Amino acid sequence: MNFTDTAEFATQRRNFLRNSGLALAALGSAGPLQVLAQTSNTLTIAYNVDLPSWDPTTGPSAVNPTIQSLYKAVLSQYIDQNADLSLKPDLLTAWGWNADRSKISLTVRSGAKWHDGSAVTAEDVAWSLRRAGDPATGNPIQFVWGKITNVVASGDKVTADVKEFEPAFFKWMAFLTGYVLPKAYYEKVGKEGFEKKPVGSGPFMVEEFVAGSHMKLKAFKDYYGAKPAFDTVIVKFVTDPSARVAEVESGRSDMTMEIPFEEYDRLKAKGFGGTNAPVTDIGMIFLTNVEPMLDIKVRKALAMSINKKAITEKLLRGAATPIDTLEAPSYAAYDASIKVPYDVKKAAALMQEAGYSKDKPLKFKVQTTRGFKPKDYEVMQAVLGMWKSIGVDAELEVYEVAKHYELRAQHKLAPAAFYNWGNAIGDPSTSTGFAMFSHSPHSAWKTKDVDDMIGPLWGEKDEAKRIAGYKKVSKYIAENAYVIPLFQYNQTVVFRKGLSAAPHGAGFVLPQTVKKG
Amino acid sequence: MNPLVLVRRLLLALPTLFGVALVVFVLMRVVPGDPIAMMIPPGATENDIAVLRALYGLDRSIGAQFLIWLREVGGGNFGTSITYRQNVLSLIADRLPATLELGSVAMLIACAIGGLAGVVSAARHGRWLSALIDSMAAIVQSIPDFLWGLIFILLFGVLLPWLPISGRLDPLLSQAAGTGFILLRNLLDGRFDIVGSILIHMLAPALALALPVAAMLSRVLKASMQEALASDYVMLARLKGLGSWRVLLSEALPNAVTPTLSLSAVQFAFLLGGTVLIERLFSYPGLGSLAISAVIGRDLPLIQAVVLTFAVLFITINLLVDGLVVLLNPRLRSAH
Repeated sequence: MNFTDTAEFATQRRNFLRNSGLALAALGSAGPLQVLAQTSNTLTIAYNVDLPSWDPTTGPSAVNPTIQSLYKAVLSQYIDQNADLSLKPDLLTAWGWNADRSKISLTVRSGAKWHDGSAVTAEDVAWSLRRAGDPATGNPIQFVWGKITNVVASGDKVTADVKEFEPAFFKWMAFLTGYVLPKAYYEKVGKEGFEKKPVGSGPFMVEEFVAGSHMKLKAFKDYYGAKPAFDTVIVKFVTDPSARVAEVESGRSDMTMEIPFEEYDRLKAKGFGGTNAPVTDIGMIFLTNVEPMLDIKVRKALAMSINKKAITEKLLRGAATPIDTLEAPSYAAYDASIKVPYDVKKAAALMQEAGYSKDKPLKFKVQTTRGFKPKDYEVMQAVLGMWKSIGVDAELEVYEVAKHYELRAQHKLAPAAFYNWGNAIGDPSTSTGFAMFSHSPHSAWKTKDVDDMIGPLWGEKDEAKRIAGYKKVSKYIAENAYVIPLFQYNQTVVFRKGLSAAPHGAGFVLPQTVKKG
Repeated sequence: MNPLVLVRRLLLALPTLFGVALVVFVLMRVVPGDPIAMMIPPGATENDIAVLRALYGLDRSIGAQFLIWLREVGGGNFGTSITYRQNVLSLIADRLPATLELGSVAMLIACAIGGLAGVVSAARHGRWLSALIDSMAAIVQSIPDFLWGLIFILLFGVLLPWLPISGRLDPLLSQAAGTGFILLRNLLDGRFDIVGSILIHMLAPALALALPVAAMLSRVLKASMQEALASDYVMLARLKGLGSWRVLLSEALPNAVTPTLSLSAVQFAFLLGGTVLIERLFSYPGLGSLAISAVIGRDLPLIQAVVLTFAVLFITINLLVDGLVVLLNPRLRSAH
């Protein structure tokens, strides 16, 4: 160490000691009110997820439904969704097929800008589509985007040839990985550069992003849509539900979501605002086509002996709606006439016919997550209790959701396994289709009779015929009890007095739709 | 410490790190939870899944994957995170300073509380104060750090909303604070508004981490102090007429502190391990919360690197404390 270094060190040491004292003084004077969230132009939201990556088209984040709200605050999609799941323009103002469904044509919004001030062009849209369809980029929805080719931009139009007709193609444009990224900026800064400083064309610009902690968003003055009510939005990533409740209750955050139902009721009673409305997530029990589920009497008895009304009203405190098919009421192929009756006597009789009773119970394994969704374990405990009364002595195994995915992909789930299925676009192909078609890696019941019914619907060009076809499949599945749909979840959102936020059917909690008053 | 001893210890650390890497690598690939299964979309075909698997290098045997990983690590490349889509080393470099600062503050609190409680309890042995401290220590030690975390969230977050319960500092100050070792840097820069915000954000998680360690240190220090107080040199000091507190602080404490210091190293290592849950609870953006996210997302390259980082930290802390113990203890110094 030379003289200069020594002098610097001494100065730093003196600064350190002096500032330690000052810091302690600052700590003492900080006081509780310094940390409260409420200011007129800043909205602070305690979000239930972290945001690992800013690229909405690759990796696990791209298919995580909860993260989509954060993406939608900054990045625009090709097409947006109304609260009732119907489609509405986003960066595309018009879209459609030609008469024989061999081409698609898209019209790109004029006047839209990226957060760096440059104009959004048709080439940005075309590039985003080409990139999404390229298997090398690792887009998990490439199987949809790869169904078009020769994507060309001309003026404000983008056209493409259809390689394979996908009826839900435009719905996918409002769904997972359906985002438009800035071609020039992305190519200039690269993958890691985009992660560090994302540029979108949505209602908010990213001013600061601290992974695992928070992000600060600023309203984008050149945004083409409705102006947000808040100039600044601070999103805190608070993954623990107790901490989220404390954040809102103490006034450190203005808003949060996905808190325990009991806490929601308690905060509402204390005067907090809130919404508790159905979203597109459903709770269901996958049945796998192995013994003892190969016996239709057993399957039907299991389905008929579950009191879904009691589960939703008592256990889930009214924050869910019983369902009998994989199509929830807000989905395109919902058919209210399909019902699975709750009839314990008939269920017990069916079990008797199958050779089982309370004295000679049927034994099999049931799998569930615990804490992945609200009261998932408790729901399955209740179900097992109900099954016990008809002669079923099931063993409940708790596993992580990661194991569920792995087992399901390998077709190795237990005979019955609880899961929640999300379907933000409400299309039957992304619910009944993928959950029940044997070639899907996410189906558990794999039989030819169901495949024969679903197979022709994948490429059905007549939309009315397609929807009618899925309703027929749902009826057939319910009659054969190939799966046990339980309920449609509600989403709870809590906010402080002086705010309002309308619920979104797809479960989005969007900062741009939160209003004052 | 003799430089040769240090070199020997460092060389011994290499097989330890290799063993840790091998165990974690194999374990993460044989336990249930396939990262590819977590991201395959509903309509993916077998071919789509195979393409994704190959993209992340998971299409080879475990042995081949390990050899490739070793070769890359040898070249300084720890891979790209599956979840974060970023270089694993830069992710760790971003998060490690936050954890080290939290761990250090927690350890300082633990040493202050545990040291004071141990000395007072030893000085008042056989009296009500000593019994009270011992009972409190037993209760505090029996409650794990994450439970303290939940208690503090309710206590300081809701009932008495005095402390922030999420984040590393006020988001309105975070841009000015910069990145890395922000507590130390802003202290040196004189930004005590930022330092105050960091400390107040750190207080609840640091206390949650510190309390069980403080209880342990207090009990060990008390036992060592009692042993020292019964020794001949303390008797001699008393016969010379030294006051009881002087005997305690200048004669007994310096001799009793060595075993406590060795224990502190082990406890500091455990304390850093405790950050995994505590950081998650308090949404603190450190290595611990990164580790949880990596495990939930089965982010294999990231898990591997985070575990190795923790292993390096444990080894380094133990080496440093071994050196410190030798410096403080003349008998060990002459032996070396």
